[in-house]
This record gives sequence, structure tokens and C-alpha cells, in this order.
Amino acid sequence: MAEKILMKGNEAIAVSAIRNGVDGYFGYPITPQSEVMETLMKEKPWETTGMVVLQAESETSSINMVYGGACTGKKVMTSSSSPGISLMCEGISYLAGAELPCLVVNVMRGGPGLGTIQPSQSDYNQCVKGGGHGDYNAIVLAPASAQDMYDFVDWGFELAFKYRTPVILLADGIVGQMMEKVELREMKPRRTKEELLAAAPWATTGKTADRPYNVITSLALESDVQEKFNQKLQAKYKEIVEKEATHTEYMTEDAEYLFVAFGCSARICEAVVDDLREQGIKAGLLRPVTLFPFATKRLAELSKQVKSMMSIELNAGQMVEDVRLAVNGACPVGFYGRQGGNIYTPDEIADAFKKFNNLK
Amino acid sequence: MTLEDIKKPKNIVYKKTPLLTDTVMHYCPGCSHGTVHKLVAEVIEEMGIQEDTIAISPVGCSVFAYNYLNVDWEQAAHGRAPALATATKRLNPEKYVFTYQGDGDLASIGTAEIIHACSRGENIVVIFINNGIYGMTGGQMAPTTLLGMKTATTPYGRDAKLNGFPLVLAPMIAQLDGTAYITRQAVHTAPAARKAKAAIRKAFEYSQKGIGLSFVEIVATCNSGWKMSPTAANKWMVENMFPKYPLGDIKDVLKQE
Repeated sequence: MAEKILMKGNEAIAVSAIRNGVDGYFGYPITPQSEVMETLMKEKPWETTGMVVLQAESETSSINMVYGGACTGKKVMTSSSSPGISLMCEGISYLAGAELPCLVVNVMRGGPGLGTIQPSQSDYNQCVKGGGHGDYNAIVLAPASAQDMYDFVDWGFELAFKYRTPVILLADGIVGQMMEKVELREMKPRRTKEELLAAAPWATTGKTADRPYNVITSLALESDVQEKFNQKLQAKYKEIVEKEATHTEYMTEDAEYLFVAFGCSARICEAVVDDLREQGIKAGLLRPVTLFPFATKRLAELSKQVKSMMSIELNAGQMVEDVRLAVNGACPVGFYGRQGGNIYTPDEIADAFKKFNNLK
Repeated sequence: MTLEDIKKPKNIVYKKTPLLTDTVMHYCPGCSHGTVHKLVAEVIEEMGIQEDTIAISPVGCSVFAYNYLNVDWEQAAHGRAPALATATKRLNPEKYVFTYQGDGDLASIGTAEIIHACSRGENIVVIFINNGIYGMTGGQMAPTTLLGMKTATTPYGRDAKLNGFPLVLAPMIAQLDGTAYITRQAVHTAPAARKAKAAIRKAFEYSQKGIGLSFVEIVATCNSGWKMSPTAANKWMVENMFPKYPLGDIKDVLKQE
């Protein structure tokens, strides 16, 4: 039987990185995710798997170290929290523009500015809509448990290399700090040199006689060249939207009312659905697991089944815009959120739900 | 001395190495970049390390260095080349990793990255082109612009009160424990170019010894940005840049006393 260990979500990221053959981690301390690098430093993976772990001088440097490591075809990652991710957005744009695979973990805290160190989901727009400059998207995965934190590291790298794109693991302070049982999956060794060359023939592995030299760049001064490249990027995003949108559903089969929530909010909304069902109200939940691509198709279907939808988020209402776009007016879409690091209780959500739907 | 005495391999200063591609360089006539590119290419050829070299280009005129040297290239965001080099080298310790950066890139927006790469003792080579101006964006003031020097953003000359003082980086990073070799060179004459090449070679050799970062500053001309002829620019550099940025080794941890 697979080993189960009680650990924080942040620790699960670190343990998973080591066990899934990640080549390098580059980070800078920031609450509430510092356990990621602390765990890696304590585990000393450079003595076992050969994984490189380095504390950089800033988040700007961390993401550019990730860029450098990704150029060489290695599986590299960083982690940070909201203000640090703001600094990394330049680098994420470059990674997208240079079509480099990598994993960026954002354990969200409340903003704007220095904000609070308490949990939040207010970087949805930043991470899902861009954050950096230019027409790009990163694939965004939203974990809701410590087990997700563990599993999404490997999934993230799989997608990152499949599409040559940065992948963001968008967690929040609750998922990062909460301790849960985590099942350790089978160890995956780091890639051999041959495996790396097969997975990343484009990488800067040193020019050999059998190929022209490789250049990793996001620069194209000629407008026509840049436009053609942008069209290629958009075609890639379209394929991602068609193939990779992932969500889970809870009690939706006969649902008359739908909650839409991701991450920790989805966990809380499950309890709300249970409570409402006990009161005879047929509520259900859709949890987008990928935020880009979004569960647009399924939400459009459900909009014809339910009386209304409600997006529940730890922010001022960001994902709700995507829910409304998916529904396109087919049913009313409400929103309830908390900000500044405050977290709603199930009762609080149920009250907001009843008010929105004129139910008692 | 006859012509035959002079025409010996050891006396050859310039030749076309296969490490340089056939792409026509975009650099202005008189610019130092072409010469430095050639020297770096020759060192890589002579050391036989083409397969083991990973180069990192900056933002600025030399962003296109990747069009001219026949090795694998990573193009960095403005100032971040030492961060890329850090990860590239740590993940591929057997490779020779070098950055090629101008003064705007390295000494202005990228000061944090260069200082911390030096402080950590990354085993990389940094080629630093100091021509006291932003070339590609049209001749604005760089951190290394001399006092009194006219640029697009100091049209009346750099004034310390308004614009601050020139940043002299090499002696600063020489104080850091993580640096192994710091030198300042130029390429305006054949003897200077030969010395610069020897310095670049030493830097590449040091980078595989695990003794820290090697930094080769090239005091260079930007005759277009300075609005001078190539010859006048060389003369101006000797008379004005060299007193502020004197040539020679600043630190060599392996030098026998």
C-alpha cells in the first residue's frame, strides 16, 4: 500500500518535486509559502536525486533562473505568493514568449500591495488573464487539497512539456498551510540526458555536429514575423482549451442551483451543498480544476438545467466574469466573496445564496 | 625583418573562425562589438568547446549576438542574464556558460543580478561591454556615462547633481568573495585585442575550476551614439574613458605573487 504522510500543502509541493524528478527549484522566501523551499533545503535532494535547489536574491531573479534552467530542457520550478508573483510576471511573459516549460506555484495571499499574509484568491485575474505583457496565457491548475498540491506538480510538468508553456499552480494560503494526509505516489527518476534530448530537442544543451545551434528567444522585430508567431501561440492555446479543460462536479445531476468555486472555496461549498440538500434545496457544485482552460462548455450546458449559478471566491469577484461569459445570459449569475484574508463560513455562503435566490 | 618573418601563425591577430556565422553583422562600422564577438568565437574554437558552451545575450545592441556565434544561445530579459546563467550552469555544471552584456543591461537594470551572481560565486563568465551609453535605444545616458558627456538624455552633458556619478562596477565586485578574475580590457588596437583575447580565454578556463565568477570588462566605443567617426571615437575613448576606467587586471585569485 502506498505510504500516506500528514503534511502541509506547501510541504507536499516540495516532496512531490523531489519524488517526481524535478531538476531544479529557484525561489525567494515569502509568507505563506516559505515551507516549500524550507522543506527542499531540509531534504537536501542534491545528495539523492541531484536536484538543484537555490535561494535567489529576489523573485525577479528566481523566475529568470527558471527561464535559464528551462532553456536547457530541465524540469524547473519556483514558488511564491502574490506580491512575489507580481514581480515574476515579466518573466512569465518571457517564458510564454520563448515557449518554455516550467512550473510556477502561487500560494495566494490578500492584496493589493503588501496586503495581508492571510489566504486569498485575488490573483485569479493576474494568473488566468495574463499578468505580464502581451497576448499570452499560462495553463493554470487550482489545487484544493494537500493531495492536489502533490499530484499537480507532476501533472503541471506533463502539460508544460506537452505544450511548451509555463504552468501556474494557483493555490491559496489555506491549501498551502493546511495539514492533510498525502499519499506518496511512485518515485519518478530525473530524466537522463537521452530522455531530455528526446523531450526537448529545442533546448540549449550545447551545439552538436548533427544540428544547427539552438536559440531561445522571444524577440521578433519584424511585425509580420511577430504576428505569425502570435498566431501560432493562439493556435496552441485553442488546442489547450479544447483538450485540457478539467473540472469536478458534486451533486449536479439533479441540481437546480449551482455553485461555482475553485480551490479552498470549492471545499467549503461542498459543505454548503450538503447543508442546503438537508433543507430540501437541490444545490450542486462545479469546481474548475483548470482555470485556464476554463469549464466554459460544461457551464453553458448546466446553465440550461439550473435556475441560477453563484460564484464563490475569496476576492471581489474575478472568476464570476468567466462564469457569466460561459452562461451568456442563459441564467442569473450571482457572486459572494470575502477579501483581505477573511474566510467565509458555510452558513454565511448559504445566507448569501438564499438572499440572491429569494429563498427562505 | 622580412614579410615572411611577420606572416607567422603566432602573429595573426584577426581571422575568420568557423565559430562566427556568415550572417552580416548589424553593428555600426567602428563599433567594438564585432571585434569582441570575434575574440570570444576564437577562444571557443581554440579551446574546442563549441559543444560545451551555452551563451546568454542581453537586451541592447548585442541582443542579436545569437545571430553571429555558432553556439546555443539563451536570450535574457533586460539585465537578467546572470540569473539565467546561474541556473544554466548549476543544472549543467560541465558546460561553459557565459553572458554578454552591455552597460545599460548589466550596470543599470541588472545590478542586483550581477552582484548576487558574483557574491554567490557562480562559475560563469561575464563579458561586460562598457561604452558609456545606451546604443540600441538611441544614445541615452548609461550608468557608466562620464561626467560632462552629452547623450540623448543628458543633452547639456552629464551633471553629477542632476544625474549622479558614473558607476564603476569592476572594483566593486572585485571586493566580493565569490569573484575569481576581474579584468578591464579594450579592443581598439591589435595589441589591445590580443590582450583582451587572452583575458577572455583565462576567464573561460577559470570558469571550469570551481573558483567563482570571472568578469571581463571591455571599455568600448559607440561612435554612432557618441556622434563621432570611428577613429575619433577611439581617440576620445583613450583620452576620456581610460582615465576613469583604466585597463588591466583588477583581481586574479590564482595569480602567483
